[in-house]
Amino acid sequence: MTKSIVVDHVSKRFTMRYHRTIKQMSIAKIRGQDLTDTFLALDDVSFEVEQGESIGLMGLNGSGKSTLLKLINGVMRPDSGQVLTRGRIAGLIATGTGFHPQLTGRENIVLNAAILGMTDKETKARFDEIIDFADIGKFIDTPVGHYSSGMSSRLGFAVAVNTNSDIFLVDEVLAVGDKPFKKKCMAKMQEIRASGRTLFYVSHAAGSVRKMCDRVIVLEKGRKVFDGETDAGIKFLHYEDTEDDVNSEQEEDEELGSDV
Amino acid sequence: MTTLVGRPGPDERPPGTAGMQPPSSTSGLLEVFRRRYLLRLLVKRELSARYQGSFLGMVWSYIQPLVRFLLYYFVIGQIIGMGDVVENFAVHVFTAMVFVNYFTESFTAGTRSIVRNSSIIKKMAVPREMFPTASMIVSAYHTVPGMVILLGACLFVGWSPDPVGFAAGLLGFLIFTVLGTALALLFSAANVFARDFSNVVQTLNQFVQFSVPMIYPYSLVQDKFAEFAPYYLLNPLASAVLLMQRCFWLPTTDDPAASAITEMPDHLFTIGFAHLGGALVVLVIAQLVFIRLEKKFPERL
Repeated sequence: MTKSIVVDHVSKRFTMRYHRTIKQMSIAKIRGQDLTDTFLALDDVSFEVEQGESIGLMGLNGSGKSTLLKLINGVMRPDSGQVLTRGRIAGLIATGTGFHPQLTGRENIVLNAAILGMTDKETKARFDEIIDFADIGKFIDTPVGHYSSGMSSRLGFAVAVNTNSDIFLVDEVLAVGDKPFKKKCMAKMQEIRASGRTLFYVSHAAGSVRKMCDRVIVLEKGRKVFDGETDAGIKFLHYEDTEDDVNSEQEEDEELGSDV
Repeated sequence: MTTLVGRPGPDERPPGTAGMQPPSSTSGLLEVFRRRYLLRLLVKRELSARYQGSFLGMVWSYIQPLVRFLLYYFVIGQIIGMGDVVENFAVHVFTAMVFVNYFTESFTAGTRSIVRNSSIIKKMAVPREMFPTASMIVSAYHTVPGMVILLGACLFVGWSPDPVGFAAGLLGFLIFTVLGTALALLFSAANVFARDFSNVVQTLNQFVQFSVPMIYPYSLVQDKFAEFAPYYLLNPLASAVLLMQRCFWLPTTDDPAASAITEMPDHLFTIGFAHLGGALVVLVIAQLVFIRLEKKFPERL
């Protein structure tokens, strides 16, 4: 087996600034308040992912999931430790996508694909597929800034899912889609998983994680507290209480919609 | 470690050739020119986005310089009487203006470029040097019509171009480009941390207009400052503008050979090359600073 993602003793610290202008800063200084505070978003996290594995990343809000995803996708760099990945990475980080609000959907597709590393030829070959998948009709030619949150995440998912990639990251994006779209996304993700691409799925929905992932990593306050079997991971988080029947489609859908 | 060109997907590369590498690894400006397709898209985007929502669109980038040109021509040239001191005063002003405008525009737009593209930078791994570079290229595009008008004006008043002049023009253009890119890179990164920097840049640009031989000839500087005149030439923009005057304006004068002696400093090319070297050093420093600051972009945007 070849390794796909290596996260090696990674830490990431954020600096929070409370006061922005000189006036505010001097007043705070006189009062003896802190000007900045740091916050350890990820604390010495290590794990390895084999090519073709599908990982569910779970944890409460603020546990560092999105930060970890940003480090894997290359938007952020770790303060210490290192992240290594193999091949091209596509995916969605949080519900907002890397779209430019002034550009139309069509222009954004081309730009987004180019940023992910696709060539002109590749993009043209996949263009219709992307538009079909997003299925947002005539809005494809209006600026993305005017889109509803559902529409922009549909388009984002469509681009990411149709990019030729080795690693696919998804972060809670399904939460804003409607029911038929969620189903379509889940089916597409199963397809990706079957094709041997590495899948990294961030979700609070125990049902979909159970369906989609062969391994679960749980973060708590920036530390990795669990890494192993999917069922054990869900049990570890005590998420299983809310779900009696795993096979109940209905319940899973409700659950997917409730996690924003 | 092998460097992939914008990370080819699984279908485009021979199997088993993708190595493990940090997902954020870039080689700075070099990466920008390796990913020309993306750069082209960004330039196109910026060209259409810069004046979006305005009826006159691109025309605005000509109206402002035109108004300024007319102001200088009438106030400085006619009222103050600089037109009698400088031969072909209009060409003298316009030559400097076209290229100073190129510099200030790439500096200003470049400085804002990172903040303006924050929606992309926060979510996607992309060499961030792309954005200031794209701004610089857009500004270069905007210079083309100005240059066409300038050439027309030169031919109209009688232009006898010479190879030395072209070499001077090329050298001057390189100084503007390298320095503009370097400063845009530096200030675009600084602007992420404090938006004050875009105001600093505007203030600096006010200064640029008057620190170069545009509304006054270099000979006047020599007359007034005498032995201090060489300090004036420490300003790379002043020497770059002089190189441009050597290319466009000087060959329009009645006796270019005589004007070259009175209007141009000695060792113009030596000074020009020294400034180009200096600008390249600034570019390297700017790139190093950019790499340091870039790490904090996603959390500070």
